[in-house]
Amino acid sequence: MRVAIIQFPGSNCDFDTLHVLNNVMNVKANLVWHKSDDLRDYDAVILPGGFSYGDRLRAGIIAAHSPVMKEVRRMAKDGYPILGICNGFQILIESGLLPGALLRNSSLKFICKWVNLSVISNKAIFTHKIKKNHLLKMPIAHNEGRYFIEEDDLKELYKRDQIILKYADEYGKISERSNPNGSIDGIAGICNDEGNVFGLMPHPERASEKLLSPFNTNNGKIIFSSMIEYVKER
Amino acid sequence: MVALNSILVELTEDEMKEAKRMLGREPNHLELAMIDAEWSEHCSYKSSKPVLKQLPTKGPRVIIGPGYDAGVVDVDDGYVVTLHIESHNHPSAIDPYGGAATGIGGVLRDILCMGTRPIALLDSLRFGSIEESAHSRWLFKHVVRGISDYGNCVGVPTVAGEVEFDDCFERNCLVDVVCLGLGKIDNLVLAEAKYPNDSVILVGGSTGRDGIHGVTFASRVLTEKSDEERSAVQIPDPFMKKLIIEATLEAIATGHVRGLKDLGGGGLTCGLSEMADKGGCGIDLELSKVHLREKDLSPIEIMISESQERMVFIIEQGHEKEVCEIFDKYELPHSIIGKVTDSGKLIVKMNGSELASLPAKVVANAPIIYRKAVEPDYIKKIRIVEKPSLPSNLSSVLLKMLSCPSIASKSWVYEQYDHEVGIRTVVKPGQGDASVLRLPNGTFLAIKADGNSKHCYIDPYNGSAGCLSEACRNLVSVGAEPLAFVDHLQFGNPGNPEVFWTFKESVRGLADYSKAIGLPCIGGKVSFYNEDKVKNMAIKPSPVIAAIGRIEKQEWITTMNLKHYGDHIVILGETKPEMGGSEYYEYIHGLIGGIAPRIDFDKEKATMHTILDTIRKGLVKAVHDVSKGGIAVALAEMCISGGIGASIDYSKIPAHDLRIDELLFSETHSRFIIEIDDNSIDEFLIIMKKVGIAYNIIGKVGGDTLKFNKNKEELISIPLSDLKDSWLNSIPKCMGESE
Repeated sequence: MRVAIIQFPGSNCDFDTLHVLNNVMNVKANLVWHKSDDLRDYDAVILPGGFSYGDRLRAGIIAAHSPVMKEVRRMAKDGYPILGICNGFQILIESGLLPGALLRNSSLKFICKWVNLSVISNKAIFTHKIKKNHLLKMPIAHNEGRYFIEEDDLKELYKRDQIILKYADEYGKISERSNPNGSIDGIAGICNDEGNVFGLMPHPERASEKLLSPFNTNNGKIIFSSMIEYVKER
Repeated sequence: MVALNSILVELTEDEMKEAKRMLGREPNHLELAMIDAEWSEHCSYKSSKPVLKQLPTKGPRVIIGPGYDAGVVDVDDGYVVTLHIESHNHPSAIDPYGGAATGIGGVLRDILCMGTRPIALLDSLRFGSIEESAHSRWLFKHVVRGISDYGNCVGVPTVAGEVEFDDCFERNCLVDVVCLGLGKIDNLVLAEAKYPNDSVILVGGSTGRDGIHGVTFASRVLTEKSDEERSAVQIPDPFMKKLIIEATLEAIATGHVRGLKDLGGGGLTCGLSEMADKGGCGIDLELSKVHLREKDLSPIEIMISESQERMVFIIEQGHEKEVCEIFDKYELPHSIIGKVTDSGKLIVKMNGSELASLPAKVVANAPIIYRKAVEPDYIKKIRIVEKPSLPSNLSSVLLKMLSCPSIASKSWVYEQYDHEVGIRTVVKPGQGDASVLRLPNGTFLAIKADGNSKHCYIDPYNGSAGCLSEACRNLVSVGAEPLAFVDHLQFGNPGNPEVFWTFKESVRGLADYSKAIGLPCIGGKVSFYNEDKVKNMAIKPSPVIAAIGRIEKQEWITTMNLKHYGDHIVILGETKPEMGGSEYYEYIHGLIGGIAPRIDFDKEKATMHTILDTIRKGLVKAVHDVSKGGIAVALAEMCISGGIGASIDYSKIPAHDLRIDELLFSETHSRFIIEIDDNSIDEFLIIMKKVGIAYNIIGKVGGDTLKFNKNKEELISIPLSDLKDSWLNSIPKCMGESE
């Protein structure tokens, strides 16, 4: 299998994601410049974190109009795994591949810290190997990560089981206190109705090696390995 | 915009004469403006150069020392790290957001133009009291936001730093930024124009009126009119910088980049004259090719503009197209603005007609100024103070110490910085005394910045040596062997002999320490004129040191949090009654004076060696150096980060006849607190008997309280939750954000 990691001008987690796929997951992955209009050689796509176009206008909105996004849309429609991490999540939302909006953090500040995530659903390709309510430790690093969606649409998300990750405390309890950015219902990641397009604010690529974790964990790996196994079984 | 008069006034009469003598003729207006910019204190180091010569600059791993944009150190297997420190004090004092952001922009370019990728940033910040001054809170908030917005966007993690608060910084905040780079030794590039006929290509931002006279602005004191000089502050663009970083590294990979220089202070004038001078060549420059933001810029403005995000590439003749295609990919504006020549002159033309012709040597080498130095009166007076009376409740004193903004947790600051991007940060802010990054060859690099203006004010010599000592001790605490350092020396007006004396003493302290320890200085910066005419106040002498160290093996990486119930707590080093400049004297008693800590170089060396030795033998589980706030604060920090208490018998602390508050809060150097388990303690004690430095087992890890006892008598007992509350919430409370 081969994974495309899309590089937009201003992406800055592109090399990190490449390192994890190549050297930790032992999967072939390539960096693909955003002007490419052909992703037919790839089995999965990752939109990495960073500040595409310097977050100008609104985080993710300019990248959402890059030439490569036409191909990403086609692959999403054809059921390929599409993963958006942090700025990649913002791009997926701005391109209409995922519902809702990502607003400025309620603290009005950038937040970089490790959080606990409760796996709410394994509907997404990226969580299909994880038990519900399992806790994952990963870092967040964002300014605009407050997930918001209108109440009716939120009900729809629940009904269709599209809410994948929520911020929790170290015991798995979901509360105001465990919510770092003011996201509605503490939502940290969602998928589309088909489960193949998944966006999350936390950084699994920063949490895939024990050496880098203050807790000696590598919980981020399971997001990538779930994707890899899905592609291999497909 | 540029009144010619305002250019002429900055050069002294002697300098004007010297310029004429060196040229053998009267310089024209453009030439004068160029000489003025490059001969500013900021660009030329004309006052500090003779003093800085004392610093040792060579070492077995040093590849490039001071004099270039960054120092270069060999870290084995073909890899090098680069290190540089910059400040943006004046700009940040009037525009904290833009000033701090462009400060990062500048230091990133210094690392980049050596041909290395910036992989980490550190910030050393100094402000007035955020408890009392709304102005200082405003500066603090926006400086941190400026660093956050720029550093995060450009994708370089901010991995460490320090913040100090003191009234002397009320109007002159200090904003120091350190950058670390990583690259291959074969890809190093120098800021040199060495080969005639090579092309000079300007890449990046357009040239505009922002930052006009930035260097001359930085080379004088702030006045009530300084707020009107916002045009001297540049406009930050981290997105453009990110593109420049990637494009530059791709361009270097072609092998055709023969020289590279960032345009910072002094703009094109400084950049081009320094490249020509270092390469022993000349440069012919065609101003009509420079891409401008505003059409009507005068030649003078183009030559001294400090517009951000610009790099000058010297490209091997015939390969311009190949390199420019990379700039096109990133949609970066670029233009061939000139050619390297063998004339030795910087020749400036506009549409072919010559406007200026200056020998690069003349522009790049300002006449040295030998300044007078006189010991200030206050130095002798301030050493003798009456001991304050012993507070009755030392538990509440310790809690207050923990909430002192200079001591309290800086998580409010570092959680606004992305400290993980690049996935190299192994020991993160708050986990250890220094941050630790992994390198591609399986080794690790520790880095830390330190300063202590309170000690340096009372005793510039020992205070400055102490800053370097603290940086080294912080490296040693995480298991790293110190490799090299850079210094940033920040003082008031050098024309004041008393200020210049403190500068000389400070450099002497750094030189003596670095010679004794064997640690080379690989670069640095001097920032004078940090004073303010409104309050007629200079800052306290404020050297800031950034040091790097090497950790060969992963298992040597050590953190500061207490780990296990029942482990022994041991202190190394003797505690002395050196209370001058301590947070205890200044924050608790409002007392400025006394004897500042002094360093015994032999003991310092032996103590650091012992810590490294015992870490490598796997005997210690946690290490924390004792600095601001003394033993009591160091232990509280170890308890808080470990989430476990400790019980200490303070009568066991090695000292001669100290009062209890001196024992707990003295900031004597060369001390470490370590955690050792039962299985290792005997081996540890055998080692200690041989090394001949003071040490003792002072207590045990355990419980949920930090206790200081003498025999069974309890002096201090504070629950962990109270320690945490004071330490963690203090800065958010000051900023009006606590829950």
